[in-house]
Amino acid sequence: MSAAVRTLAALLAAALLLMSPRDAAAQELVVDLSDPLVAITTGFVGTRLVLFGSAESRGDVVVVVRGPLQDAVVRRKERVAGIWVNRTEVAFRNIPSFYTVAANRPVAEFLPKDVADIHEIGLANLEVLPEDPDKYSAEQLHEFREALIRNKQREGLYKRDVGNVIFLSPRLFRTAIVFPANTPVGTYGIEVYLIRNADIAAHHTTLLNVRKFGIEASLYDFAHQHAALYGLLAILIAMMAGWLASVAFRQR
Amino acid sequence: MEIYLPVAELSVNILLLLGLGGGVGFLSGLFGVGGGFLMTPLLIFIGIPPAVAVGTEANQIVASSVSGVMAHWRRGNVDFKMGSVLMVGGAIGSFVGVSLFTYLRGLGQIDLAIKLSYVVFLGIIGALMLVESARVMMMRPRQGPMKKHQHYWIHGLPFKMRFRKSRLYISVIPPVVIGFVVGVLAAIMGVGGGFIMVPAMIYLLRMPTAVVVGTSLFQIIFVTANVTFLQAVQNQTVDVVLALILLAGGVIGAQLGARASTQIRGEQLRGLLALMVLSVCLRLTYELVATPAELYVIGRVVTH
Repeated sequence: MSAAVRTLAALLAAALLLMSPRDAAAQELVVDLSDPLVAITTGFVGTRLVLFGSAESRGDVVVVVRGPLQDAVVRRKERVAGIWVNRTEVAFRNIPSFYTVAANRPVAEFLPKDVADIHEIGLANLEVLPEDPDKYSAEQLHEFREALIRNKQREGLYKRDVGNVIFLSPRLFRTAIVFPANTPVGTYGIEVYLIRNADIAAHHTTLLNVRKFGIEASLYDFAHQHAALYGLLAILIAMMAGWLASVAFRQR
Repeated sequence: MEIYLPVAELSVNILLLLGLGGGVGFLSGLFGVGGGFLMTPLLIFIGIPPAVAVGTEANQIVASSVSGVMAHWRRGNVDFKMGSVLMVGGAIGSFVGVSLFTYLRGLGQIDLAIKLSYVVFLGIIGALMLVESARVMMMRPRQGPMKKHQHYWIHGLPFKMRFRKSRLYISVIPPVVIGFVVGVLAAIMGVGGGFIMVPAMIYLLRMPTAVVVGTSLFQIIFVTANVTFLQAVQNQTVDVVLALILLAGGVIGAQLGARASTQIRGEQLRGLLALMVLSVCLRLTYELVATPAELYVIGRVVTH
């Protein structure tokens, strides 16, 4: 099924939901994805999902995508005897491996800072906590936090710009979520907020799976879960290949 | 045409990898060098994480050494006894090397350690090769042949053993030490270590030249196999898919190179190889010395 057909199907589903007369409270916000799964296969160079939603009432929409949590160490290079060497390091715990925000207009225009802060909407409000904060000065922590975000942005995993949420009708909206080739695997949380009167009127969470598929997945799991066997097989394959090569070119 | 490397966790153009394998294979066939010391830095240049480049390259060298040793074996040019003694040192050395590798990786210094070792060794080898080929090109022959059975300090060492094939009666300490050094280098740099071992066997152990290459290849198989195993277990840095692609290119390249070597006069080309080695060395040096655009890097990441 092509992406266009899937997109159309999701659009139709969303439209139908919008029209069906169910109880309003439960249906304040309805969201669907053009694909419930991101599959990383041999030729994976990134992908793009379309998120559709319908809101029961008018308001602004913010979509926040968070990848699985991870711990990361940020290191600062310093020059030692002419060579750049990793020196100071700060370990951060439970940061999202992937983070993007999309909205139908600049978030600051309709969402007060304190609300954005609580729900960690926007990179500036993202909670990035070091392992032991007492070890570092506030200035250092700020620098390392910014560096972490900068690096993640360069890897394409934190989006620098807020994406566009497009209203197709006063109730029906759409946004695209772009996943780069180096997308981390795991369970993603997609939060959709409906904002009215400077506060959250409705909130909907969708989970998205990013998984490796096919031989890549098997090899990765094998290399990590049965490392010794993997090592032995790697050696065996290499020896066989080397032997085959010497036999194939023997008559020279 | 991109291919996703499962252990390196990134996509790389498969034609680029085949080309690298073929090119380095050609050079190794042409000059009879291992090629690991060129392949690992080139893999780093195209964006493979240095730790994965080293672990994977050790795996590839297992294959190229097996195919290389067969010809020498058929001609009876492998001293298995000497090879085994070297291997004892190599086993200990590669174990120590991989442990050091794991330790440095934990500290976030492994990339630096790999690059620094390459700068030092490529610099030395490249310079020596350049001087050597310049000397040959200027038609100035080397000093007279070495005295075969001259006694020097190595013959005073204990634990002597007879090596019939090499026609030697020497202490096992020097070969064990040589094997050890090569084992450490194999683990940290992802090289076979032939470029250290061959001169050491000729000039230190005084082995007959005929058995040197076969014996060194024989021991390299086991040392790089040991490195592959330990890297796979301790660091999960061996990418079989990457190794196989490089291998496919390398096998063909090596055959073409070996055939070309019978038709081309060596000195100028050897000088060219020396320049290549030196330019790889310079490029690595530049990476270490130049002020990076981003001073902060994300180190090891653990996803929950």
